[in-house]
Amino acid sequence: MGFFLEVLAGGLLAGVMYSLVAIGFVLIYKASGVFNFAQGAMVLFAALTFVSLLERGVPFWLSFVITLLAMVALALLIERAVLRPLVNRPPITLFMATLGLSYVIEGAAQALWGAQVHGLDLGIKDEPFEFAGLLLSQFDLFAAATAAVLVTTLSLLFSKTRIGLSLRAVADDPLAALAIGIRLQRIWAVVWAVAGFVGLVAGLLWGARLGVQFSLSLIVLKALPVLIIGGFTSIGGAIVGGLIIGASEKLAEVYIGPLIGGGIENWFPYVLALLFLLVRPAGLFGERAIERV
Amino acid sequence: MIYTEAGQFSIRYSHDRRIFRLRQDRIGITALLLFAFAAVPLLGNDYWFSAILIPLLVLSLAGLGLNLLTGYAGQLSLGSAAFMAVGAFATYNFQLRVPGLPLLASMALGGVMAAGVALLFGLPSLRIKGFYLLVSTLAAQFFVEWFFTKFGWFSNNSASGVISAPPLLILGHDFSNPVGRYLLTLAVVVVVTALARNLVKSELGRNWMAVRDMDTAAAVIGIPLLRTKLLAFAISGFILGVAGALWAFTYLGTVEPHGFDLARSFQILFIIIIGGMGSILGNFLGAAFIVLFPVLLSQLSGSLLSGVIDAGQLENLQKIIFGVLIIAFLIKEPDGLARLWQIARERARVWPLRY
Amino acid sequence: MSASPHISNSNSKGSAPLLRLEHISLSFKGVKAVTDISFDVAEGAITALIGPNGAGKSSLLNVINGVYQAQHGSITFDGEVRRHMHPHHAAVRGIARTFQNIALFKGMSVLDNVLTGRNLKRRSSWLEQALRIGRAPGEDDAQRRHAEKVIEFLHIQPWRNSVVGKLPYGLQKRVELARALAAEPRLLLLDEPMAGMNAEEKQEMSSFIADVNREFGTTVVLIEHDIGVVMQLADHVIVLDYGKKIGDGTPDDVRNNPDVIAAYLGTRH
Repeated sequence: MGFFLEVLAGGLLAGVMYSLVAIGFVLIYKASGVFNFAQGAMVLFAALTFVSLLERGVPFWLSFVITLLAMVALALLIERAVLRPLVNRPPITLFMATLGLSYVIEGAAQALWGAQVHGLDLGIKDEPFEFAGLLLSQFDLFAAATAAVLVTTLSLLFSKTRIGLSLRAVADDPLAALAIGIRLQRIWAVVWAVAGFVGLVAGLLWGARLGVQFSLSLIVLKALPVLIIGGFTSIGGAIVGGLIIGASEKLAEVYIGPLIGGGIENWFPYVLALLFLLVRPAGLFGERAIERV
Repeated sequence: MIYTEAGQFSIRYSHDRRIFRLRQDRIGITALLLFAFAAVPLLGNDYWFSAILIPLLVLSLAGLGLNLLTGYAGQLSLGSAAFMAVGAFATYNFQLRVPGLPLLASMALGGVMAAGVALLFGLPSLRIKGFYLLVSTLAAQFFVEWFFTKFGWFSNNSASGVISAPPLLILGHDFSNPVGRYLLTLAVVVVVTALARNLVKSELGRNWMAVRDMDTAAAVIGIPLLRTKLLAFAISGFILGVAGALWAFTYLGTVEPHGFDLARSFQILFIIIIGGMGSILGNFLGAAFIVLFPVLLSQLSGSLLSGVIDAGQLENLQKIIFGVLIIAFLIKEPDGLARLWQIARERARVWPLRY
Repeated sequence: MSASPHISNSNSKGSAPLLRLEHISLSFKGVKAVTDISFDVAEGAITALIGPNGAGKSSLLNVINGVYQAQHGSITFDGEVRRHMHPHHAAVRGIARTFQNIALFKGMSVLDNVLTGRNLKRRSSWLEQALRIGRAPGEDDAQRRHAEKVIEFLHIQPWRNSVVGKLPYGLQKRVELARALAAEPRLLLLDEPMAGMNAEEKQEMSSFIADVNREFGTTVVLIEHDIGVVMQLADHVIVLDYGKKIGDGTPDDVRNNPDVIAAYLGTRH
């Protein structure tokens, strides 16, 4: 039983890391209806920029600020060059545009900073310690705390500020929002910039865990089942989805994996998400729209 | 005024249904086929067959498979490479385990297996739509890759799941040399494409487009949604499976499961975006672009920027250009190269007048 | 139950009703769209559903051909009683319809759109069609011939090969009617077929509807806001307000019904 709980706790904490990536998705999907496949590339770009600055002797906080500015600039550029010309196109077109975008960002990140693997030390020891009789990773707890702070900040931002109100208006009904004078383009730029910030945080944590390298952009593939389970429009859903995926993936790896030869972590979350979908086609927290004809 | 419709009337409905309605088109396609079958084998060299023409043809076929599903029936898929893998591995096993089974029959059966797998992963498409459906096709992508790596039986227990081409014998004739592989590929691609062209112009093709354009209305006029979508998955899977077998055996010769990874699925999606969704011709234009562009780019950088830019940077550059092109096509010409071709044709029809 | 006394008014043409709705109630997440509606539609009649916006008219059409499933009540079509209709079953039984916001297949030509309307008349398999063998070629000719007849009937021959999405609104409405007619329906449901049209286009569309009804004997249920058109076209009028039936009868009955006048002039609210 102790072992089971340990696996479960480890999985839940790993799930938080997935949630971090998924939150960036949800923000963008809510505000602009875009399923942003380039979120992973943004994570890679942020982490790579940050670690390269750090390696060139730039202090930690300055690197963070510069990277953040770079992410904001990227957001503005994306809004201008991709979102604005594609306004009112079918969602599937926008999705494919973000596929192209992810190629551009990945190519640019590696062209700028090279393709080698960088180590990233955030100064948090990744060693297990005992808590209530369970061996837990200190790093995972730190990641979970960071995620908690991030989610709280974002919720405050969106519930208390003017821009948050505008964002919710846009998410609810873009046309109506436009009609009362909310500037869609500005909202989009802000949201993509915030998603860039979330990407930076995720990039730092994942980079510290796995090393900063190309495969960071593939975590987008981990975030997708999370979104499916949580629903595309709910930050809370992204958290819960992340926890479900994280926990069940680890449990399956430990208990089912050995029976069928292991290495199932690539597809298991997808099969799980698929099963969820068959029961709840709009995710746990997503709303199913009534089709009007 | 060469390209004119004047005087060509369809006096029977069957004339209107011909694959190419205009006489010029029929003459053009006949000439092209003659050239491809008779002249190219004499003119081409091994590099052209092995590095350009065969992959171009196979990728066109794979594009066709995905295009039926995504461009015609409107079901987004990121699992194309998985269905190719099933086709390749199934063909390999039919050749290996059923003595005396002709090569083409094995390939067809491989296609049928891929159709079955595609059908299975297409089942959720009745309940889930759009992005949500990506999950199903991605599940196929990751599961199939894992499956063939994990279970050695399918690759006859070779190291890391590698399979090698069986002897390419048809009716005692050996097609293993580059020209032979080219002709074999060409023949399969031409036949499958002709059938696909018929299909999209038939009732089923119309039903696919109806489901794509507005599924509620399609249901209301009595189009069976699940059957229509599943047939799209199955037929798309069949074509992708055959393309996978060709990719493994006439192009590469040996292939491992990771040769059919997510990057391959993306590549095929890009072919239909650049070439044109909902177009048969587009698959060929898109595949030609995807195959020729990197060659062109490396040639250019070799002659213009030799020494300035290294191979790694060239790859990054290529990635950036591809990404930009995808976005540019989606913004400027969502119907892809096929649409540009169509516009040129319209111009030629009225030439020398403006309209 | 208050509305049921009117239920048999519509049997004016003497035959058994083609369509009968009994006690239909429909709600979305607790919001009532339609409450306890019953009425009959006589075979061969033109029935108009009228009422203010949000009265539940479109919802009712959606219940009749199964796009929505009512929580209560039953539908009887041509003698067959069902709790719910299903879109496919409705199409098979001969119910066709058009939509308020045109629901054509925008990427396809006019001819292809009309041909999709005939998909249930096919017998050949997709394989026969792909290989153009067996029953396929002859059937293709027959389908095409019929589609051409419908296209001619609605005067849209010049646009036969045009992509539907690029046609003007009024023509699209006509193509949608053509697609519905191609199925040779017994019951035709038209959701605001004349919305957004000018007087001349409306006149043209009404005469098409009247012709369909007269020449093919097709039973028609239509939603229309233009009372002038309704009074001219319909044999039978049903009035809805806030999801309830407030009137049911001949155009003259309805015109003189105080509830209807109140709903339209707004004195009741």
